[in-house]
Amino acid sequence: MNRYQLIAGTMLLALLAGGAHAQTPKDTIVMAKQIDDIISLDPAEAFEFSGVEVGANVYDKLIGVDLANGNKLVGELAESWTVSPDNLVYTFKLRPGVKFHSGNPLTATDVVYSFQRAVTLNKSPGFILLQFGFTKENVLEKVLATDPSTVAITVSKPFAPTFFLNCLTSGVAGIVDSKLVQANIKDGDFGNEWLKLNSAGSGAYSVRAYRPNEQYALEANANWYKGAPKNKRVIVRHVPEPASQRLLLEKGDIDIARSLSKDQLAAIKSNTDLGTVQGDKGYILYLGLNTKNQNFAKPEVREAMKWLVDYNSIERNILEGTYKPHQAFLPKGFLGAIDDKPYKFDPAKAKELLAKAGLPNGFTVTMDVRNTSPITEIAEAIQANWAQAGIKLELIPGDGKATLTKYRARTHDIYIGQWGPDYLDPHTNAETFAINENNGEDAKSKTLAWRNAWDIPEMTKVTQAAVLERDGVKRAETYGNLQRQHQQISPFVIMFQQVEVSAQRKTISGWVIGPTSDTNFYAPIVKN
Amino acid sequence: MESATTAAVSAVPVRPWRLLRWMHVIGREMTTIAITIFGLLLITFLIARVIPIDPVLAVVGDNARPDVYENARLAMGLDKPLWQQFAIYVGKVFQGDLGKSILTAKPVAEDIRRVFPATLELATLGTLIGVAFGIPLGVAGAVAQGRWPDQLARIVGLVGYSIPIFWLGLMALLLFYAKLGWTSGPGRIGIAYQDFVTPVTGLILVDAATQGEWDAFRNAVSHLILPASVLGLFSMAYISRMTRSFMIAELQQQYIVAARVKGLSESRVIWRHALRNTITPLVTVIALSYAHLLEGSVLTETVFAWPGLGRYITTALLNADMNGVLGGTLVVGAVFIGVNLLADIIGRIFDPRTR
Repeated sequence: MNRYQLIAGTMLLALLAGGAHAQTPKDTIVMAKQIDDIISLDPAEAFEFSGVEVGANVYDKLIGVDLANGNKLVGELAESWTVSPDNLVYTFKLRPGVKFHSGNPLTATDVVYSFQRAVTLNKSPGFILLQFGFTKENVLEKVLATDPSTVAITVSKPFAPTFFLNCLTSGVAGIVDSKLVQANIKDGDFGNEWLKLNSAGSGAYSVRAYRPNEQYALEANANWYKGAPKNKRVIVRHVPEPASQRLLLEKGDIDIARSLSKDQLAAIKSNTDLGTVQGDKGYILYLGLNTKNQNFAKPEVREAMKWLVDYNSIERNILEGTYKPHQAFLPKGFLGAIDDKPYKFDPAKAKELLAKAGLPNGFTVTMDVRNTSPITEIAEAIQANWAQAGIKLELIPGDGKATLTKYRARTHDIYIGQWGPDYLDPHTNAETFAINENNGEDAKSKTLAWRNAWDIPEMTKVTQAAVLERDGVKRAETYGNLQRQHQQISPFVIMFQQVEVSAQRKTISGWVIGPTSDTNFYAPIVKN
Repeated sequence: MESATTAAVSAVPVRPWRLLRWMHVIGREMTTIAITIFGLLLITFLIARVIPIDPVLAVVGDNARPDVYENARLAMGLDKPLWQQFAIYVGKVFQGDLGKSILTAKPVAEDIRRVFPATLELATLGTLIGVAFGIPLGVAGAVAQGRWPDQLARIVGLVGYSIPIFWLGLMALLLFYAKLGWTSGPGRIGIAYQDFVTPVTGLILVDAATQGEWDAFRNAVSHLILPASVLGLFSMAYISRMTRSFMIAELQQQYIVAARVKGLSESRVIWRHALRNTITPLVTVIALSYAHLLEGSVLTETVFAWPGLGRYITTALLNADMNGVLGGTLVVGAVFIGVNLLADIIGRIFDPRTR
């Protein structure tokens, strides 16, 4: 070995040894997560899990929910509110002294501007507000600043107050800093281009840097009206491979791993430095049976399919704590949710029903399956279950967007998929699972019921009436009954509800996973 | 002796003619490049349109209302006939506008400026590792044909070429990062150093070095070394196999016998005479393997959370992000053509017949 080789070798070793053991900085929470679903950070546009989660930590809303108290509605930027006797006018009194990150005071003008821009832009989540009758022409008449700290909002129909207020808790109703946004307008876009990558809120954090598909860094807002967050910074890194997330967590290079698979969660159980946090998510895993298929047009066949899924063994062997059995269209935690589970695995009963439908020897059918875990595994388990009743199931694997395109055109036989609520009100799921105004190809509203060609004029009326029910208790009852009827006759085999699990270092506390991305808050997270 | 005299004699009158010939060659090359890139765009465009994925879904999401969906479709120009969409796109490309990515909401050109340096850094170091180990290994294999060094080279080559890179990456992380702690884990640079390097070239090593951030530089190297080695092993395998076969062919030539008869030392025969004559084909092999790495290796980038070009294009494709896919493909195409051209030029320099 000559002198140069020696020097080169020593340098290489020195390089290798350097920087290998960097623990995460104090006061900074570092998370690994799959964040490539983010399209926009603009609250009027963000509608994907990760984008909405950022919004929840950056923007404040008029109304929020108390997670610890059964998702009860509480005032946030609205200190108090009243509803007119005819249920048409809501008057919100704003909390005094709230300031945006920029230092601008938050006033009724900002609230009006935020509604105006969300309604006018009408991006993906826009309908959550639009369904109350706002249009870009009338929004400035319907949403009025009566004085600098009071906003009066008029809705088009006497909707159930719970419905309107629940919708105000979603990200699209986040309040933006009108002065700052207006300074960044390009071609009358309400600052949409700019807000896709930057923030103008009053919430717990401001966006310090966001690099798409790479990471976002949030800076704590020490002047937050609820009190400064328990940490100074939150950095969320895009780590697409769950196995890499696990290694990073075990080495202490990250504090929280958000996207571990069940195998990895099982593997880290023995590591005493790590723990897990669970939260019920609103996601429902179901099969959609297209009633355009002659067999599924028969109610007996649809019912038979519900007796033919081995719910328990799928939960035990495939899902292992990442989903739990659930058979109604409203996830647990929603107003009117029920916990009834009428179906279990019973091939004999299913065969009886099939015989009644004139199919004693079963039939052949296809299922479009996203090639991701655990969807593929569940589909394979169902394939085996159904074989016991003579049903030959062919699985057609495909990429997520491809299977979805087919489903939306309702050219599938069976679709296995997930549905997540758009906002924290029962109507979000009731609307898609139990309303089908027009079953024709020219339909304007293509709900899940439409996608499975399920023609239900009666149920549509009942579901539509439920949003006008003043009395919260009665409203909950209506949804309970709807779901029970739905369980019996619908072409949906609702099987599971998602449980999100994240793993973290033992030094971390305070992280709670909420029922929607709108309720995943970083402010209480502490590192000891 | 003789050849030197001829060159000296012919060099003077040939010069102006040579210039013309060079211009002709360049013109021909440019035409080929233009046709290749146009064809590349056309095929990518058609494939992306044929796959049964609705690009509007990527923008508005599954739960979107019909009016929102329709607005987005119109905004994306998807209501126009296919040929018109293509013509508009090509027109914009000629003005240097690659359009906007659906996924990142940024101009594609800006996205590529961000992700390409990451891939460039990885591919360059990977290729350097591949060359540094691959050529000696290949030479050893050829010289000791059939004996143990050859068998060793063959095993290393086979292993490097056939082990799934995905698995190898995870195992390397497990061993060198998790168990031994010699290197840093997934990502390009530690979170603590992230904000201290201003992206100028986008190549973290270069930026950190020019800004004098040596801690950040070391940290970046410790992040880079593992994915680069994994890629390096792959390219080493290829380069060593090719070197071996070129060398075997050379070593059977008569001038080698002549050199040995002349009494030259064996190392001089191998390194100065035989290897030198394999350089032209070897440069092509190395260039191809480098270009291959520059496309971005999706699996390596996924395992190592490396924000590079391969993952960018794949994510764009799976989300029907047309502009992202076309822009990325264009860059890959340009890189491939560029590297090949470079290999041609280097080959001409080394090849005395074309000098």
